[in-house]
Amino acid sequence: MKNLVILGAGTSGTMMANHLVKKLQKKDWKITIVDQYKTHYYQPGFLFLPFDTYTEDQVKKKGGKFIPKGVNYIQKKIEQIFPEDNKVELSDETLEYDILIVATGSKIAPDETEGLLGPLWQKDIFDFYTYEGALSLRNKLREWEGGKLVIHLTEMPIKCPVAPLEFAFLADSYFRKKGMRDKVEITYVTPLSGAFTKPTCTKALNYLLEEKQINIEIDFAIERVDNDNKMIIDYADKEIPFDLLVTIPTNMGDEVIERSGMGDDLNFIPTHKHSLQSKAHKNVFVIGDATNVPASKAGSVAHFQAETLTDNILLYTKGYKLKEEFDGHANCFIETGNNKALLIDFNYDQEPVHGTFPFAGIGPLKLLKESVFNHWGKLAFRWVYWNMLLKGIAIPFVSRNMSFKGKKFDIKAE
Amino acid sequence: MKKVIAQTEIDVNEEGYMTEFSQWSKEICVCLADEQDICMTEKHWEVIEYIHEKHNNEEPLSIRGIKKSGVINIKEFYSLFPGGPLKKSTLIAGIPKPKSCI
Repeated sequence: MKNLVILGAGTSGTMMANHLVKKLQKKDWKITIVDQYKTHYYQPGFLFLPFDTYTEDQVKKKGGKFIPKGVNYIQKKIEQIFPEDNKVELSDETLEYDILIVATGSKIAPDETEGLLGPLWQKDIFDFYTYEGALSLRNKLREWEGGKLVIHLTEMPIKCPVAPLEFAFLADSYFRKKGMRDKVEITYVTPLSGAFTKPTCTKALNYLLEEKQINIEIDFAIERVDNDNKMIIDYADKEIPFDLLVTIPTNMGDEVIERSGMGDDLNFIPTHKHSLQSKAHKNVFVIGDATNVPASKAGSVAHFQAETLTDNILLYTKGYKLKEEFDGHANCFIETGNNKALLIDFNYDQEPVHGTFPFAGIGPLKLLKESVFNHWGKLAFRWVYWNMLLKGIAIPFVSRNMSFKGKKFDIKAE
Repeated sequence: MKKVIAQTEIDVNEEGYMTEFSQWSKEICVCLADEQDICMTEKHWEVIEYIHEKHNNEEPLSIRGIKKSGVINIKEFYSLFPGGPLKKSTLIAGIPKPKSCI
């Protein structure tokens, strides 16, 4: 009997357990999944919590519910991985493995920025990439009387890179509905050279910022937060004042990766970007936010990765060459406020383009264009997540690799 | 699209970033820098070398990486490539602009 151990029971780990339990022979393989946390969060829902669109109950469930029968589920802290010895040390036991899948995700690290965790943290400075942060921000927004709202990204990569923009759009919509948009000045601050850095997206989407009167500050690499004067200051000494700062702190891989000496500067594991095999250890595979692959850190990407990785684990168990087919495919809804959303579909090499999805010429979803139908799609995705995605059920008509059918590649701003 | 610089034809995208790294040379680099009002010094070359090393290893560039590079501190990086050091240094180095997903 051989051992396959999965570290982390978030989106990626849970999907892998569900895929593999159906594919690996029970008599040959024992599958174990380890995660110390009992609650499984629907993280895309954190975007909606601050605006009172979702309730707490809609974004969390007991994690154990999604771990399939036949998989050994251990709720303990992971102390350290010893990849040279094929062992994982937990709080009070040691697991040996033949194959390891690391799915330990990423999380915010506000302590990486000077002053961020100062006296204003959770008073006038909030994040929405954690459940607790999103709820505190919701409570703040309920009573906030207006002023300078600054939405700020610290550095890339971050989990779901479009979420900060979506937050800005939804904030515009939220304050309009409350009849206080004229009392709120919204500024979007990014270390990148634009809100949309890909040229086609910039052409197609710049109108959103203008239409919603959202100011933008680009090339802003934060050095520190001045709590006394309520300002963020960058390395070029540019100062941006705020009354309410919604920040996306540095995102980093789990500390266990650092303790195990397996990560880069941000604790992400060097991973082959097409096969998802660790670059350092052949029997270690990495999926989702734990990897350093240059794809978007989003559940939709992890979902496509899980399909490739399942095939590769099976090939590996039989001693065959791995498939190098993961293309960085991502398929994301982007909320634009006023009950509308965009849909983007792209991969490592191909920028998001106009067209229809998933059926060429038919849609029903339109790419890179706002529509109410796309917004419904985003809201419906919560059901899809809990009932299909986590259980490893393929979403009909959505292929793991990006399809080029129905897409316009020679596009101009429309 | 094509662009002629330092008496050489190079391929660039619509933002002026080179799309074929094999076409990059020090002469082209000096001219690209000149277009950005940057006069290349020894320190600039050290940074370009560091950027190439990261690019060859497929490691993403970041301000954090610069901080830990041992080549330069962030304040110096800003003074060498004023007004957006990552985007300017990558343009001059002939590699793609640091990414975002859209």
